[in-house]
Amino acid sequence: MAKSTNATGQRTMEGNHKVGTVLATGVFVVLCAFVAFPLLCGLLASFHEGRTIISNGMSLNLDFSTANLDNYIYLFSGNSDSQKYFMWYKNSLVLTIETVVLTLLICYFIAYGLTMYKSRIGNFLFFMVIATMCVPFEILMLPLYQEVQNLGIIDTNAGVILPGLCAASTIFFFRQYMTSLPKELLDAARVDGCTEYGISVKIMMPITKPAFASMAILCAMNSWNGMLWPMLVYRDTSKFTLQIGLNTLLTPYGNNYDMLIAGSMFGIIPILVVYLIFNRFLIEGMTAGAVKG
Amino acid sequence: MKKAKKFLYSQKAAPIVFCLPFMLSLLIFWLYPLITGIVMSFQDVTFNGWEFIGIKNYRKLLIDKTFRTAVLNSVEYMLLTLVLMIPIPLLLAVLMESRLTKAKGVWKVILYIPALTSVVISGMLFRLMFSEGSGGQMNQILQFFGQESIAWLKSKATAWTALLLLCMWRWTGVNMLYFLSGLKSIDNSIYESADIDGANARQKLWYLTLPMLKPTTIYVLTISVYAGLSMFLESFMLWNGNSSTKNIGLTIVGYLYKRGIENNDMGYACAVGVVLLVIALIINFAQLFATGTLSFKRKED
Repeated sequence: MAKSTNATGQRTMEGNHKVGTVLATGVFVVLCAFVAFPLLCGLLASFHEGRTIISNGMSLNLDFSTANLDNYIYLFSGNSDSQKYFMWYKNSLVLTIETVVLTLLICYFIAYGLTMYKSRIGNFLFFMVIATMCVPFEILMLPLYQEVQNLGIIDTNAGVILPGLCAASTIFFFRQYMTSLPKELLDAARVDGCTEYGISVKIMMPITKPAFASMAILCAMNSWNGMLWPMLVYRDTSKFTLQIGLNTLLTPYGNNYDMLIAGSMFGIIPILVVYLIFNRFLIEGMTAGAVKG
Repeated sequence: MKKAKKFLYSQKAAPIVFCLPFMLSLLIFWLYPLITGIVMSFQDVTFNGWEFIGIKNYRKLLIDKTFRTAVLNSVEYMLLTLVLMIPIPLLLAVLMESRLTKAKGVWKVILYIPALTSVVISGMLFRLMFSEGSGGQMNQILQFFGQESIAWLKSKATAWTALLLLCMWRWTGVNMLYFLSGLKSIDNSIYESADIDGANARQKLWYLTLPMLKPTTIYVLTISVYAGLSMFLESFMLWNGNSSTKNIGLTIVGYLYKRGIENNDMGYACAVGVVLLVIALIINFAQLFATGTLSFKRKED
């Protein structure tokens, strides 16, 4: 803050305020530059030949005379590489949609059962929801990998989705949201002759829509970007998700570098579009645990 | 039959029906692997079968130098991320909330974007930026200042700079959002009364904002501890699959992956996992007691 010995207090305050605004804006401009830098570099690199990038590193090559759309033309050319890329893209999309729909429905009903009824088993189960959050997934990874193999669902979408279906954080979020809703609605519906299951679908689900929106986006993002567990489950190249596929292109022996960076940049797009449209819901979903938890 | 149906529709049975998937998932995909993991850590698991070997795996771990490196790396990474990823986002959030900052929405939207990129893509970008060739951005910047190019990812200090920058790049915006939502939940009237008492900006930050942000800080601390300790994919991407020079990028989970998946030594890898679990739980409980948070009771009410 600029210190001023000016006797007129009001003006000093205003001066401080202005200097402060400039400083604050400066801080955020620098920060945004830091955030944008790697992405812009990647974007620029996607217009140059892949081979040179891998051998020399991504350069700050602002030489627009050598820039070309070859990588993108190659990506969309429909040749075998391009087909492989879009197969991964499709796999990722399918997996993401399946994961989001199933996880949200299952977690909604679990949270409903935990929140809307007072029972001892419900309290115990909620304690277990918290307990599962205290064990990092990486510890369960190897036994789970063996188990999935024994169950015969290795190399399938079921193998990827099932272990994470009852996601503790999603259940937790739905519960947080539902506890703030009036329970009198349930009694009113019961008087009208609605069954317990009817109430959960017809009465509560419509009011929980905002929670669904938040969780859908968060869940979709995690699924689209998921790497560690899918990498273990999928073995067949034709089943790879985009992330695993891109990772296989990043080997010293590969010759698909042209596709790697253009493909990566194109892989960010779906999630970026969803984010720019629905960012309010995403932020609500993200930060829900931080305030009340 | 009719009775059974009536029971199924009663208020007593409904919660059990709703929670059935969770109970199943808890048993099949949580409890069972957790127990098999612990049991396997006392076994020698091979293709042909398994046999109990007592605490041999753990004894081997004690003298395993690579494992020690991995644990030290993980703990060091966790501590460094705590130092970097709590105070800086907190101050940024305070600055963002203050009247000084204009165009808040724009900054928030931009700062969150790195969190949308996957580890694969962000890791690849950072790896190429920090590549040892003379064409990499970081080396170009060094050259601009008249320095020699360096092999960033081959010595610990420079490699960890890249690793921590990657972490900061991806998560600063997210942690800032956590603190912002914490700030929003603070009642404005306490600031007004502080103004009447003549408190200055620094006093307000120190005596009002920081104590009021305690729940948020504990939350961020907890997830950062877990994320830091179980970090793997970032180093997996920067060093193309777990093979860094002198293991400078090897973490506990990286070692677990190496032994379990790459070397197919499941028993030993599970012992690594159990050690990680113990470390995580000890830190979690220590922190819950140190911060005075009652462990689970408070979340339940």
